[in-house]
Amino acid sequence: MIRSELIQKIADDNPHLYQRDVERIVNTIFEEIIDAMAKGDRVELRGFGAFSVKKRDARMGRNPRTGESVPVEEKHVPFFKTGKLLRDRLNEE
Amino acid sequence: MSKTLTRMDLSESVFREVGLSRNESAQLVESVLSHMSDALVAGETVKISSFGTFSVRSKSARVGRNPKTGDEAPIPARRVMTFRPSHLMKDRVADGNKS
Repeated sequence: MIRSELIQKIADDNPHLYQRDVERIVNTIFEEIIDAMAKGDRVELRGFGAFSVKKRDARMGRNPRTGESVPVEEKHVPFFKTGKLLRDRLNEE
Repeated sequence: MSKTLTRMDLSESVFREVGLSRNESAQLVESVLSHMSDALVAGETVKISSFGTFSVRSKSARVGRNPKTGDEAPIPARRVMTFRPSHLMKDRVADGNKS
C-alpha cells in the first residue's frame, strides 16, 4: 500500500469529504510525526507503535572502499517500535 | 524538554488543519492507523513516500535464552514488522536534534 492508496481508502470511507481534504488530513498526520521527532519528541500510538529518536554516539568509521578511518559525528536517528496489539495481530491464525 | 505526543495531539493538528469537528478528526486519525495495520496484517508493505516504509518479515523459530536466568526458551516462528525511515525523515531528525 502506498500513500495514494491509503488516501483513497479514507476517501472511500468518507464520501462526504473532499478528496483534497482527505489528502491534507493524511499528510498532516505524517508531517506532525516527523515534526515531533525533529524536536526530539516521542509519538506514542497505542496499539500501532511508537516513534522515538535515538542518539548514536560519535565513532570512528571506516571508508569501506579504501579502508581509511574517518570520524563519524554524533547523530540522532528515528526509531520505531511496533505496538503490542499490532505485534499480536501479525501472529494470529 | 522532550514530550510524548499521542493520538490526541495528531487529531488536534487535523482539527486545526481542516474544518472538521474534534470528534471526526479523532476518527480520521484512527482510520488511518487501522487501514495501515490491516494492510500490514494482510502481509502488505506500507510505503509512505517521504515518511518511510513499514514491512512485515517472517522469522524462523530459534532457541532463545532468558537473559536473567540463562534458561533456554524456545521462540516459535513469527512475523515481525520493521520500519525503515525515509531519507527525508532521517535528515530532519538529524538536523532538528543537532546539539
